[in-house]
Amino acid sequence: MENWFVNIAHALTNWLTGLGLSAGWADFILLVVQWVFIIIIVTLNVIVLIWLERKISGFIQQRLGPNRLGPFGMFQTIADAIKLLTKEDIIPSATDKLIFRTAPMFFIIISVMLYVVLPMGENMVIVDLNVGVFYFISVGSLTTICLLMAGWGSNNKWSLLGAMRSVAQMISYEIPLAFSLLGVIMIAGSMRLSDIVAAQSNVWFIVLQPVAFIVYFIAATAELNRGPFDMPEAEQELTAGAYTEYTGMRWALFFLAEYTNLVAVSALMSTLFLGGWQGPFLPSWLWIIIKTYLVMIVFMWLKWTFPRIRMDHLMSFSWKVLIPVTLANILLTGIVLQLFKGMGW
Amino acid sequence: MNLNDAVFMLLALITLGSALGVVASKNIVHSALLLVLTFLGVAGLYFQMNAGFIGLVQILIYGGAISVLIIFAIMLVMDVEPEKTNLPSPSLGRRLWGVYLVVLLIIALGASIWYTKWPLAISAVNSDEMTALADLMLGKYVVAFEVAAILLLVAVVGAIILAKGADDK
Repeated sequence: MENWFVNIAHALTNWLTGLGLSAGWADFILLVVQWVFIIIIVTLNVIVLIWLERKISGFIQQRLGPNRLGPFGMFQTIADAIKLLTKEDIIPSATDKLIFRTAPMFFIIISVMLYVVLPMGENMVIVDLNVGVFYFISVGSLTTICLLMAGWGSNNKWSLLGAMRSVAQMISYEIPLAFSLLGVIMIAGSMRLSDIVAAQSNVWFIVLQPVAFIVYFIAATAELNRGPFDMPEAEQELTAGAYTEYTGMRWALFFLAEYTNLVAVSALMSTLFLGGWQGPFLPSWLWIIIKTYLVMIVFMWLKWTFPRIRMDHLMSFSWKVLIPVTLANILLTGIVLQLFKGMGW
Repeated sequence: MNLNDAVFMLLALITLGSALGVVASKNIVHSALLLVLTFLGVAGLYFQMNAGFIGLVQILIYGGAISVLIIFAIMLVMDVEPEKTNLPSPSLGRRLWGVYLVVLLIIALGASIWYTKWPLAISAVNSDEMTALADLMLGKYVVAFEVAAILLLVAVVGAIILAKGADDK
């Protein structure tokens, strides 16, 4: 069971080279197949996630949540997806057409790109970049542009306000996000995600870097624009922020991208802090799925428990609390590492 | 044409095409967004040359931060219709100056490309370019590195003081 997917990949490349293709082209085709698989998994997973989110929010707010279609209302999101797919694609006349149309596409492309470096099991990473963590941060930073495109292209005050808020928030929280990961990188001595997983074979980094974990969790919530940091789309005052003018599938693409980002960030978090795919008894790919889902459930729990934080509080929290804390964490980690080195570890 | 050349052609096409679009677009917001695409194309060229770290820095700094700043600045100062924000100058004198500068630039760049001896030997790819970069930055060039850091800090403090001062008065 452990090597199922690795064996499938090997069988595919062997079959392709057996057909007379060169090894380079076989690898290229394998990449495309992996890419398509990621898109399928992401899309299907969102259906489960939305159902889970609605059920959890219902449980926390003492409601039932979706309960009509299928067992426990499980088919509700499928019905919603069909509705969204068949809806009319409305493009308001005063929008900047090109930007309005392409913003959701870029958003989903960037979200799917994040999965390239994530190790989804032992020997199961698409591209094992030596700068994996940095890749995740820098590609993730591009989502700001997409939200700005959506807000600007909609030609609507609320949309633009929401976009401005999200950009200000994401740029501020990118700094503690990157700084909190530095502590992990310093201990592992590498930015390659498989090396970081291997470095956690004895003890998970959540034990060695609890401060970094908490700061990363907070900053990631803000980066994902999720509650309690969802000022950019605050429904009560901005009617949904940058997404106000979007309908049907274009709006659904934004939704899909947000959940895709959520899964990617949760998977990164379990890779960096919770030991990645390592775990007893079960196969490695199952462990990463379990850990990712646990992190996601905590994200949902937070969203439905805490009230929204005011914009100025949000910004000053990042600049005046999180950044100094992460800087102190980096300094402390460095000192302790040097001490251990001096003691000959 | 092998795969490597095809990828280079594609990246060059994206970079040059979007750079042309920056100049040709009549809407300055479109220009700014095309500029982001140009930055990403350049990052792709870095990746192709096995300089992954530099490429990612290019994406993070230029694609994710500087371009947002540019777009913000444009949005805050724009007061005419978006379709008329990036038109060529109406005065003939300015246009002639522009042509003159472009010709000068082409001659300078062309001459420097023509007279440079491009080494064609393929050197071994340094697989751990990050360690090499860190060794240089924090070893040989540590003074320059720290001075640059202090310069940036001074700029940040200066910007905060300017913004605060404007509030007080």
